[in-house]
Amino acid sequence: MAGPVSGQRAVMRRRQNAFRWAVVTVALLFFGAPLFGMLEFTTRDASGHRTAATWSQLADLGTISQRYPDLSAGLVASLWLAVLTVVMMLVLLVPTMTWVRLRLPGLSRTVEFLCLLPLTVPAIVLVVGLTPVYAWVTYLLNGSAVWLCFAYVVLVLPYAYRALDAGLRAIDVRTLSEAARSLGAGWGTVMARVILPNLRTAVLSAAFLTVALTLGEFTIANLFSRTNLQVAMYLLGKSDAQISVAVGLAALLFAIAILFAMSFVGGQRDTVSPLSRLRRHRQEPT
Amino acid sequence: MTTAPTTYAPTTSGGQRGVAVELTGLRRSYGPVRALDDLTLRLAPGELVALLGPSGCGKTTALRCLAGLEDPDGGRIEVDGKDLTRVPTNRRDLGMVFQAYSLFPHMTARQNVEFGLQLRRQPGERRRARAAAMLDLVGLSSQADRFAHQLSGGQQQRVALARALAIEPQVLLLDEPLSALDAKVRVQLRDEIRRIQLEVGTTTLFVTHDQEEALAVADRVGVMRSGRLEQIAAPQELYSRPVNDFVADFVGVTNRLPGHAHGHAAAVMDADVPLLSGSATSGAVTVLVRPEHLAVRPDAAGGAEVLSVSFLGAHARVVAQVTGGPKVFVQVPSRAVADFSPGQRVTVTPVGEPALAVAREEA
Ligand SMILES: Nc1ncnc2c1ncn2[C@@H]1O[C@H](COP(=O)(O)OP(=O)(O)O)[C@@H](O)[C@H]1O
Ligand SMILES: [Mg+2]
Repeated sequence: MAGPVSGQRAVMRRRQNAFRWAVVTVALLFFGAPLFGMLEFTTRDASGHRTAATWSQLADLGTISQRYPDLSAGLVASLWLAVLTVVMMLVLLVPTMTWVRLRLPGLSRTVEFLCLLPLTVPAIVLVVGLTPVYAWVTYLLNGSAVWLCFAYVVLVLPYAYRALDAGLRAIDVRTLSEAARSLGAGWGTVMARVILPNLRTAVLSAAFLTVALTLGEFTIANLFSRTNLQVAMYLLGKSDAQISVAVGLAALLFAIAILFAMSFVGGQRDTVSPLSRLRRHRQEPT
Repeated sequence: MTTAPTTYAPTTSGGQRGVAVELTGLRRSYGPVRALDDLTLRLAPGELVALLGPSGCGKTTALRCLAGLEDPDGGRIEVDGKDLTRVPTNRRDLGMVFQAYSLFPHMTARQNVEFGLQLRRQPGERRRARAAAMLDLVGLSSQADRFAHQLSGGQQQRVALARALAIEPQVLLLDEPLSALDAKVRVQLRDEIRRIQLEVGTTTLFVTHDQEEALAVADRVGVMRSGRLEQIAAPQELYSRPVNDFVADFVGVTNRLPGHAHGHAAAVMDADVPLLSGSATSGAVTVLVRPEHLAVRPDAAGGAEVLSVSFLGAHARVVAQVTGGPKVFVQVPSRAVADFSPGQRVTVTPVGEPALAVAREEA
């Protein structure tokens, strides 16, 4: 009796599978072809012969910082930006979101709205709004690209919020912190020893997202005339296209690697990362 | 559901370390809701008091005020003679077990139990010994290295109990610790909680909405309604001498029989029932009679008809419809089951145990 039905199902499943593979192939072509083009472009010399000159040049950090000082400055600025933005984002969001969950649940909608708001604001509008702020930043601090971190924190807010919110949803923040407090823990201890260890995955993915976004940011930096990695690449592209494209490809691959790392860490079903489980395992015999 | 409460003999729990707890005139409102309305409650040293009441009556709020997790709008909280009303939770020296599973997911059972001891800067060796002793007390020594997600619900609550007791708290607070567990584990664990509590002698407040649970474990049971304490008494007294119909209804099964009060007795179903103090003494009343305080016998000319008979092990229950009156539950010895069958005419009469009567508005 199940024969014809299951037959139909099998046909349907096969069709679905075919469709799925078609989509994946098209997507791979769509994203892969430009990357392949970039690779192709950076491995040819002027006469069209295969050469690794561009890449070996890129790998030689000493000369590259001499020949393209803007590029290395941009890279350093971007790395600093990534670190600063991650730290500021975490310091700003983790305690706030935890506190709202514990004490001000009525405010959670407002906080969510505020955090998601930057998604709806185009970068150019953000720049217009931030211009007076950055006039002050330049006046009080200096014109360094590193201070773009203030704007970037706003920029990454929606993504970081989503990641951390998922983590906080996965644990019973309220009961855990009340249990810890009844055992004698102050708020600092509750945060450091109970909440954060259980948010490890969420914090990691928020940080990864922030790094990926920060390293890829161009519009705001360019409009504020600060040189970060992307702006440096853009400038370089005008004089030495090959090295610029090579750097672009390397940055892209790095971002893809980060996203993969994230989906690996974030894919863990429970709130404990494989790394920490490993470590705990080693600690066991104490 | 059984009618007769399983009781422990009233204990003056032999705790040397128990301290007195006193809640005086506690008030707490959430907007228009009065969660606590002038609640006054005293726990003797080493005593286990259960707070019993329907959902939303303020039990959890009372416990959380005592824990310092909720600030009362007014009133006073004293433990061992010291005023703790404004002291934060982490300095109150309490052990808590929550309704929700509350083990720290990133720690093993042992690490959970050691957590409070670490905060108290106990040296490693003593800490480990204490944690081991506590896990042993709750019968989980063999599971010490498991994480919460590797333990059953009952085991998690046991570890939570061990964690709460490890710090030798002055007061133990249990907020419906069993309600997430299935029936069998629930009974096992509640008996074990009582055994452990008697053993360590810690003054304990146990919050529950399950009357059987409250009657089974507590030295005294406080029945709450709308933020107030209706009655607090030993389980047997609460059962046999409820002060009002709310308590009588909430604790055990009660028949509500129409009658007429005359002085200290009431005429109910052609019999006289002596009335408990606090009863209405004249006019039309509703008399609250326990199923075991009614007798039923086959009688072709009787005023009631059997609806169902159920065998409950130690005894049996006959449900009968009084003609032109209420449906009544009668407890009979289990060997009498064969005497009754649905549709049969019977006579139901009170056996004359004292009961509570409340004034009834004539329809
Ligand atoms: N945080 C809160 N906000 C608003 N109302 C609350 C809050 N906590 C409790 N209440 C209200 O106070 C009353 C008592 O609650 P609770 O103490 O939890 O009752 P119980 O534990 O007896 O079920 C309920 O009506 C509940 O809705
Ligand atoms: Mg409750």
